[in-house]
Amino acid sequence: MKKNLLIAAMLGLGLVSAVQAAGTLDKIKSSGSITMGVRESSGLSYTIGDNKYVGYHVEICQRVIGDLQKQLKLKSLDIKYQPVTSQNRLPLVQNGTVDLECGSTTNNATRQKDVAFAVTTYVEEVRIAVKANSGITSLNQLNGKKVATTTGTTSVQLLRKHEKAAGVDFNEVFGKDHADSFLLLESGRADAFVMDGSILALNIANSKNPADYKIVGEVIAVEPIAIMLRKDDPEFKKAVDDSIKKMMKDGTLTKLWDKWFLQPIPPKGNKVGLALSASTKDAWAYPNDKPAEDYAKK
Amino acid sequence: MSWNWEVFCKSTLDENFSPVCFGTGGETTYLDWIMSAWGWTLSVSALGLLIAMVLGILMGALRTLPPDNFVTRLLATIGNVWVELFRSIPVLVQVFLWYHVVPALIPVLKSLPSFILVSLALGFFTSSRIAEQVRAGIGALPRGQRFAAMAMGLTTFQSYRYVILPMALRIVIPPLTSESMNIIKNSSVAFAVSVAELTLFAMQAQEETSRGIEIYLGVTALYVISALTVNRIMALIESKTRVPGFIVSASSGGH
Repeated sequence: MKKNLLIAAMLGLGLVSAVQAAGTLDKIKSSGSITMGVRESSGLSYTIGDNKYVGYHVEICQRVIGDLQKQLKLKSLDIKYQPVTSQNRLPLVQNGTVDLECGSTTNNATRQKDVAFAVTTYVEEVRIAVKANSGITSLNQLNGKKVATTTGTTSVQLLRKHEKAAGVDFNEVFGKDHADSFLLLESGRADAFVMDGSILALNIANSKNPADYKIVGEVIAVEPIAIMLRKDDPEFKKAVDDSIKKMMKDGTLTKLWDKWFLQPIPPKGNKVGLALSASTKDAWAYPNDKPAEDYAKK
Repeated sequence: MSWNWEVFCKSTLDENFSPVCFGTGGETTYLDWIMSAWGWTLSVSALGLLIAMVLGILMGALRTLPPDNFVTRLLATIGNVWVELFRSIPVLVQVFLWYHVVPALIPVLKSLPSFILVSLALGFFTSSRIAEQVRAGIGALPRGQRFAAMAMGLTTFQSYRYVILPMALRIVIPPLTSESMNIIKNSSVAFAVSVAELTLFAMQAQEETSRGIEIYLGVTALYVISALTVNRIMALIESKTRVPGFIVSASSGGH
């Protein structure tokens, strides 16, 4: 929070230059290092302690950086890991602190005004997690119930829109992070937790008793999740996109999916158990960086 | 740096902008939302401050009771334990204790809204600080005041009610001003337990609109206005309750 406010204040005062003048590739080449933005606890990027970050997106980024190193013919390329939050990831990419944000950021039109996205590597389905014995199977059954979601995510707005459209009335409770929102569900303070499917699956996998929870109901929304980079740097974007497209073609992404979503993952050796969805397969077959709004129209 | 203050006129549901900035016909704009968030911040602060003042003055007074007999010694101990307990736990931890832990032990509390629980947490935390200030105020009074009250035949309760506390509270108005302003700022921890106050608004709205700087500046302005208003009210109380010749105000010089 504090760091975030400070950055906001510094941006406001113009102390931090908003955009780096030189291209990111030049910067990487001259400094011999690249800064990767990572998340502390997210389905695609999380910490296993001791300043180590892993996850589907982190591994994709590590491979992209490997390709960048080859392209720039650098002997060594130092990867710096910078933890980011939902609140500070955009400013940190804009002001040049983070070169490649490998968390789980939704590519939408509003954000595209400020940053650029690599081709979509993951398509998220927003789902509902409930206690297995609750008998809830759809969103409309949640009328008058308490629905948890996490502050600072797009799911809050999605819920609000759905509420208006379907004429239902939820009592929203906001967790300060995903772990907190899941605790609300676990402790019975909320009847459902509406969030990205991967986050729900990960939290359930890491819970005390994964069999107590299940993901139910319709897909509330589909959102493209992509690696975020600075705007107006076509050379860097092309280098990143090319590397990712190569991985889409040669089956690397399918292997990574299997590794991170179907096999046991660190730190606890749980399985997330999230099958490859049709929408993600689509995004790999036809690489694109379309924002979420284009998906909604379909 | 380009400003985009129209963001406050934007609907929270779609890309529409309201011409009057406040939503009409069931629409809600970010301006409506920030005002409701401000209301929550003020409500949490006001309830917290009420709890803090009542308990703080009580506990502070208890701590200064003369060790005459078993009852006064016990009450003074209760006051000491209260203060040491609540001022040594970080306020965010206290909020979580009230929200997650206490209701697990006492199921009745589960039905209480988080607004009440967070006000209790803030109120108890601040009460320990106010108690210390009240104790300092009582300590600053000449001992003769207490003795004079006793000589008049007042009971201990009466001497506190009519002699000691009215004087002591006047002395501690300046630090109480700080505490009253602090509780408004500390109320930002309520976001952690799902009270839709200003900090939660800031975190959520900046995410939805990508106009974090405008949103944070708007929220900052409201915090400043709230804290300054409290400051002015307390200054008014200070000047209205002044007893000429007893407590010399800072402006006329005490030394």
